[in-house]
Amino acid sequence: MNTGNCFHCGIEINKKEEIIYDEKSFCCNGCKTVYEIFSQNDLSCYYDFQASPGATPLDIKGKYDFLDNEDIVAKLLEFQEDTTHIVSLFIPHIHCSSCIWILENLQKLQSGISTSQVNFPEKKVRITFNSEGTSLKKIVELLCSIGYEPYISLENFDEGKKVIDRSLIYKIGVAFFCFGNIMLLSFPEYFEVEEYWINEYRGFFRWLIFAISLPAFFYSASGYYVSAYKSIKSGMLNIDIPIALGIVVMFIRSTVDIVFDYGQGFFDSMTGLIFFMLLGKLFQKKTYDFLSFERDYKSYFPIAITKILADGSETSVQVYEIEKGDRLLIRNQELIPVDGILISEKASVDYSFVTGEAVAIEKKSGDKIFAGGKQMGKVIEMEVLFSVSQSYLTQLWSNDVFQKKVDIKHKTITDKISRYFTPALLGLAFVSFFYWLFIDVSTAFNVFTAILIVACPCALALTAPFTLGNVLRILGKRKFYLKNATVIEQLAKVDSIVFDKTGTITTNKKTAITYEGAPLNDFDLKLLYNALRGSNHPLSRRLYDFIPKQTKLVPTHFEEIIGKGIDAEIDGNTIKLGSSQFLKTMTENTHKKTKVHVEINGEYKGSYVFNNQYREGLEQLFSQLSKHYQLIILSGDNDGERKILEKMLPSTTTLVFNQKPEQKLHYIKELQDQGKNVMMIGDGLNDAGALAQSNIGISLSENVNVFSPACDGILDASQFQKIGFFMQYSKNAMKTIYMSFGLSIAYNIVGLTYAVSGNLSPLVAAIIMPLSTVTIVSFVTVMTNIYAQNSQPATRNFQPATKNNQA
Amino acid sequence: MGVIYILITISIIVAVFFLYAFIRAVRSGQYDDDYTPSVRMLFDDELKIKTKTNKKPIQTIKEKQV
Repeated sequence: MNTGNCFHCGIEINKKEEIIYDEKSFCCNGCKTVYEIFSQNDLSCYYDFQASPGATPLDIKGKYDFLDNEDIVAKLLEFQEDTTHIVSLFIPHIHCSSCIWILENLQKLQSGISTSQVNFPEKKVRITFNSEGTSLKKIVELLCSIGYEPYISLENFDEGKKVIDRSLIYKIGVAFFCFGNIMLLSFPEYFEVEEYWINEYRGFFRWLIFAISLPAFFYSASGYYVSAYKSIKSGMLNIDIPIALGIVVMFIRSTVDIVFDYGQGFFDSMTGLIFFMLLGKLFQKKTYDFLSFERDYKSYFPIAITKILADGSETSVQVYEIEKGDRLLIRNQELIPVDGILISEKASVDYSFVTGEAVAIEKKSGDKIFAGGKQMGKVIEMEVLFSVSQSYLTQLWSNDVFQKKVDIKHKTITDKISRYFTPALLGLAFVSFFYWLFIDVSTAFNVFTAILIVACPCALALTAPFTLGNVLRILGKRKFYLKNATVIEQLAKVDSIVFDKTGTITTNKKTAITYEGAPLNDFDLKLLYNALRGSNHPLSRRLYDFIPKQTKLVPTHFEEIIGKGIDAEIDGNTIKLGSSQFLKTMTENTHKKTKVHVEINGEYKGSYVFNNQYREGLEQLFSQLSKHYQLIILSGDNDGERKILEKMLPSTTTLVFNQKPEQKLHYIKELQDQGKNVMMIGDGLNDAGALAQSNIGISLSENVNVFSPACDGILDASQFQKIGFFMQYSKNAMKTIYMSFGLSIAYNIVGLTYAVSGNLSPLVAAIIMPLSTVTIVSFVTVMTNIYAQNSQPATRNFQPATKNNQA
Repeated sequence: MGVIYILITISIIVAVFFLYAFIRAVRSGQYDDDYTPSVRMLFDDELKIKTKTNKKPIQTIKEKQV
């Protein structure tokens, strides 16, 4: 066991706070308590599967009081009959086998729970319990107490029961059954030996094959007929038309063949084709169960909030039922669901969900506070100004962008090619038909059908699904999760990239603090350290953590002036800390940066500057991207960082500041009206509109499991500097598709020469079709993997030196 | 050679049975989560050792549901 780290959660232990219990060391009381719970219930096996798997339980006092409200509970339950209740809870912390184990043994910790089952990929636990023995609130509190806090948001409240569509799997199953059996039964006839017993049973075999092909033809392939019909109706020629045509023609011709005893027909090729194409569809459908690309503010907002009634008593109220004039109680770490006015003396609100800005903002009594912020610290009271849907932030979702389905705006590469392919194919079929008509009528029909059969664009239709499906998987392994395969095609077309500033090109994890001004000696630091100790202001806390530890002194005088700074006296030395107005030293553009000024014994020393920390590799990434893309930074902040950014980034980068969420959306729209293909990379809820409006919205997330607004892709923040590689890779993927199109057309030409000359035998068709499929699939798989490796070092080799050439 | 009718009928019936079994398995939701069961099957032994030493009344409700 590692003594330096907590036995429960694995965090490094601060020696002073170490707690030894049962010969194991813990970082805090919370972790120790969880261990106690587990060991008392004989569940300490939890620590055997994985070293330090736990999470520190957070203080949740009162947070889940709303679960006493039966209407809310009823909405959350998945199943409810008499006393048997089933609930599915999303628990972001689920990450290892210990988690599965402990969550599936919940019944040992609380009577009333009968079973619990974990779905690891979805990070969900499904709990069956007896409502007389326990309640949802108790279960949630139990989960919180062992460090597995479920994530319950407004989204859970709205969502109905999800229906899982498994029809594709059934279709593939049926198609494979037909394909396999028909292949087996057609084997004797492939060799065309005029042997006694083959001739004897030929009829039986053929009609059996016909019967088996029916489910594949009518059920498995049904999707293609529907899609072809729809596309003809809307006047767009998509790839499903030649596919459906090929399948239908194949079926009719084969039936005619066996009815009139011309031959064995093409049932084997037909079912094989259906099977492979459905397989391609399945392959392209890579989904990330634990991610959601459709989130709006609802998945951030709480279900219920504490309301203070006129008589002073507290009650839980559903968020949608909040009305103007209500008084709400917001606890530590709770989200403010509506716009309102602060009644309590002061609050510090963390808007990092909204803007990506990590530093909490101080609010005073009477200030307006906006929905989406998180209260840090004490309990506050507020009065409601607008209901949920009318609040400043949530209003963004009433924009048209969120109403319309965006899928239609993009035409896939396969459809584009089939616009030429389909007419050309039909043309060729008719020309050959009329040509043969003058020579031999029955051959003419044979040739006509043979062309449609052999040219059925199986390989063509498989290229894109297999390439993009594989690219999707490779990107997923590199922590770039895309919603679906079409996003890759769009990614390759992008010519402008728009970045959000705070939280996107800056990290919100740690903000670097630098000191500017006259150097401070050790004694000054000691005074500063002790003056800061008494302050609760977020900047003071951070500065306190930043300054190296000093010996403790007790201030003889300490006063914190809200919104201004600290005035303290230690051992006869006066210290003044705070804003520039407070110290009355107006240096140039002081208000544009977050600064804490220091004055000791009446002498102005300097200031601590809280810089936004830019992500690693930002400069390289931008100078690399600026060669191929127009780059724009769209920020909601003031232009305090303009100079730094101008210095850091290529001169071609456009910097736009002071943008409200709607303005961001309109900015993107303007770019699109100029004919640009825009990719937006953002993080907070205030980017949600811009992400939806842009051709591709990528949301950058520090923790992909929890928060990200609706988007087309989610990028793990640690992969930020690889954006250049991802862009290049998407282009290479498209290149692969084109190459493979060439290959499949070559196959088609070979097949067509057989068909046009009237020599297409079922055996040739049965060889060419699977062969072309196998070639295409292996070709694209190999190519996408090679590109994934080759492009890897390219980003690393890049030297920032070229930046000068650029400028 | 009439036996070929019987043999092929049997082979088709077997194949249809497997198709039916597959569709039933998919419908029951078995394939929705293809990871957790692989981890869960490794737990059972540990659980038994632990429950033997457990002084509290052991829950008799079936532990796992598939």
